Amino acid sequence: MLRAILSDDLPRSRLLAVLLAVILVVLAAAPFLLPGTRALETAARICMFIVLVASYDLLLGYAGIVSFAHTMFFGMGAYGVAIAAAHLGPGWLPIGAGAAAGVALAALTALAIALFSLRVRAIFFAMITLAVASAMAVLVSQLSGITGGEDGLNFRIPRELTPGFRLLEEPVFGTRITGRVIAYYLVFGTCLALFLVMLRVVNSPFGSVLQAIRENAFRAEAIGYRVVVYRAAATCLAAVIAALAGAVFAVWLRYVGPGTTLGMEIMIDILLMVVIGGMGTMYGAVLGATIFVLAQNYLQALMERAAAATAGLPLLPDILNPDRWLLWLGLVFILSVYFFPAGIVGRLRGRA
Amino acid sequence: MSEPILTLRSVATDIGRYHILHDVSFSVPRGEVTMLLGRNGAGKTTTLRTIMGLWRARTGQVLFADEDIAALPTAEISRRGIAYVPEDMGIFSDLTVGENLRLAAISGPMDKARLAWITAAFPPLKTFWDSAAGTLSGGQKQMLSVARAMIEERRLYLIDEPSKGLAPAIVTTLARALKDLKRAGATILLVEQNFALSRALGDGAVVMEDGRTVWSGRMADLAADAALQGRLLGMEGAA
Amino acid sequence: MSRAPEHAPTFTRPPLARRLEPWLPVLLIPALMLAGLVLIPQGSSWLTLTVSGLAMGMMIFTIASGMTLVFGLMDVINFGHGAFISFGAFVGATVLLALPGMAGAADMPANVAAVALAIAAAMAAAGGLGLGFERWIVRPVYGSHLKQILVTMGGLIVAEQLIHVIWGGEQIAVPRPETLKGAVTFAGAALEKYRLLAVAIGLVLFLGMRWLLRATRLGLIVRAGVENPEMVQALGYRIRRVFVLVFVAGSALAGLGGVMWALYQEVITAGMGNQIMVLVFIVVIIGGLGSVEGCFIGALLVGLLQNYVAFLEPKAALVSNIALMVAVLMWRPQGMIPVVKAK
Repeated sequence: MLRAILSDDLPRSRLLAVLLAVILVVLAAAPFLLPGTRALETAARICMFIVLVASYDLLLGYAGIVSFAHTMFFGMGAYGVAIAAAHLGPGWLPIGAGAAAGVALAALTALAIALFSLRVRAIFFAMITLAVASAMAVLVSQLSGITGGEDGLNFRIPRELTPGFRLLEEPVFGTRITGRVIAYYLVFGTCLALFLVMLRVVNSPFGSVLQAIRENAFRAEAIGYRVVVYRAAATCLAAVIAALAGAVFAVWLRYVGPGTTLGMEIMIDILLMVVIGGMGTMYGAVLGATIFVLAQNYLQALMERAAAATAGLPLLPDILNPDRWLLWLGLVFILSVYFFPAGIVGRLRGRA
Repeated sequence: MSEPILTLRSVATDIGRYHILHDVSFSVPRGEVTMLLGRNGAGKTTTLRTIMGLWRARTGQVLFADEDIAALPTAEISRRGIAYVPEDMGIFSDLTVGENLRLAAISGPMDKARLAWITAAFPPLKTFWDSAAGTLSGGQKQMLSVARAMIEERRLYLIDEPSKGLAPAIVTTLARALKDLKRAGATILLVEQNFALSRALGDGAVVMEDGRTVWSGRMADLAADAALQGRLLGMEGAA
Repeated sequence: MSRAPEHAPTFTRPPLARRLEPWLPVLLIPALMLAGLVLIPQGSSWLTLTVSGLAMGMMIFTIASGMTLVFGLMDVINFGHGAFISFGAFVGATVLLALPGMAGAADMPANVAAVALAIAAAMAAAGGLGLGFERWIVRPVYGSHLKQILVTMGGLIVAEQLIHVIWGGEQIAVPRPETLKGAVTFAGAALEKYRLLAVAIGLVLFLGMRWLLRATRLGLIVRAGVENPEMVQALGYRIRRVFVLVFVAGSALAGLGGVMWALYQEVITAGMGNQIMVLVFIVVIIGGLGSVEGCFIGALLVGLLQNYVAFLEPKAALVSNIALMVAVLMWRPQGMIPVVKAK
């Protein structure tokens, strides 16, 4: 049963299995286990990033192509929902239609970019996605009439998902089942379903071909696989999933803006999460996203204290400043690519 | 037979996961033309590339003038005095004919007399001196590739199938140039499928099969023995 | 045995279209200028925009040339190239701000000397950073594009953060030296002096680079190495050293581009390099990865288009360059001047 749900792709390491189970249980029971809205926000962020990172891993780890447009696809889903909800009102229909439009736009854009760049050289893909994503980000901030520009869009969602809504009169296990809890389970359920779908995809014949292409594109082509077609399909699939994650996350946040959806910073975060978790493993996305989001929330506070403690010394307070958080991440990232290319999951599996 | 300038001892080379050379051992005597013969896929090109350090020998020794060069970088091997004409000719098509030759003369400006000798042997190189090498015909490219190896004196010339796919008249021109080079006292290790050409140029011969050296001796002996040729090279009778 | 070798050359003239083909990309520049002249209402605005576009193109070329050569020579793709731009800009700006006497006086020679000092410092700093980058970031990941992209991106992040550590988190204003402020009027069009200087620097650089590549042995090695590095080694050249040299020179040029850009925009930020890289990527792709000439043509096209479109419809400027890239790739998938590669 479990084997079937996980598409035969078991953790293959006891410690990894335990970690995954803990993460799953905590996320599944987050509204009951974790007090306070901040914790719930964090849990939702983790869910969303797991899907976003896993869909990126589909490209990077399985198909072996680097994209810098993943946040663009994420943003398309998010903006689809936001624009529809802000301009058409807070019903389920506009949200559904907006999400569908965003997903469709993401799929088409991904297909166009893939056909253009992968036809020539896989390496063009990285550069072209970077250029297109930047152009899109500029466009979004300029077309403020539609997108809200730099300020982004606040919008209202159906009443059933708002904190004011009560599903049950009585609390369950001491927690009130508000619209917010329902919204969280919408995020959690969607993310879990998308993750399992991706797990199925990478363990299907399609996934095997992708990995064969990653190992040796020439040989895969020689055996008779249309490399471009497979890579383009992987690109589209990853874009669609990223857009869906974006749509769900927009509903959760009730806001979209360039900083939260399109920024280069988020793209870099995703890269870090994939590499630290472990490229080409899917479960790496779970660990990478969880560790990263937790670290982002709690480690920065630690850096702040460390910077304050070393205030008298030269240089140290500057590099320990929480604003320099990326400096350390960058170093960790480079070292990971050199020394732990298989990431945490690869390490755990290697030991088992 | 004079003492060898190049000796391979039990060389084995892998390309990726494939074992291409298993056990290659032979010597190239100073001042002679040694033919490296064998069927397609026997490992002749890989042997030359291993000597140049373009593939790395997994085991064995490559002794050049009593020094093991197996682990040296390609550029260092070349600077020990080895010229190389690869199977695909290795022409720089964006550079002109003249620039290709200038680049090959690594110790400085080209020697006038030597250049005159080369352009006399290969007249088209003079005609197309300022043309991009990419615009040359296949035969002209092969001439340029051989000329590049000859532009300065080297202690050993590795030449991989110069006659491959060329018209008879051009093969004749190349053969004449190689004979000139031989007459000047050069040491050459030559891979060649054209048996008539091999017989005309070769002093010694080494035969490879399936990544191993299976026979070595005098070219004259091989040329005289039709049965041996049939066994080693799969030829129908004498050429 | 036949005596005369039958390789007498044939001198049939190929048709005009064939002979023109290699020149088509060059002709795109005047074609684009002409299109601009038709679409932009006043001739004086057109002239201003053209000079501005050429200046921008020259700066992009300065930055992109090293990157395209590094790729051509060793198949190394450096996503961290933007770090050299930012680094050069900050070092150059620091030098200029430290010399208020020389940069602020209305004295042409003093101003030029200040700019030259800033450029020299920026190039040295960016070149030094490039040397470290090559040694510690790029060298361990030869042969794997995937790892190159990831690691150089990581290097970019770290370098940008170091700029924040050294110079603080804020943007810095970089005033132009006194005599480079303002504009000259020509045919009714106001031409900023600094932009004319940028065009001149870029042109000198391009001609110098062309001379270096065409007329020197080092240039021959580089051009040959782009096509077939293996054979260059087999001829006896240590191509690794040449590569390090090109990498460092390319980094230094990016630093130069950074200073030029800083004085063009008169404000710098740590992230400026990565923003410029978007245009640089477009330029190296449409030029043909590894081709300096293609890079030059591509840079001018991008610079001109960016300025023309920004005048006609400001929101479409960056998108128009993406459209240019798409169009060029549809026409020539390997870029305008494709580079021949052995194997």
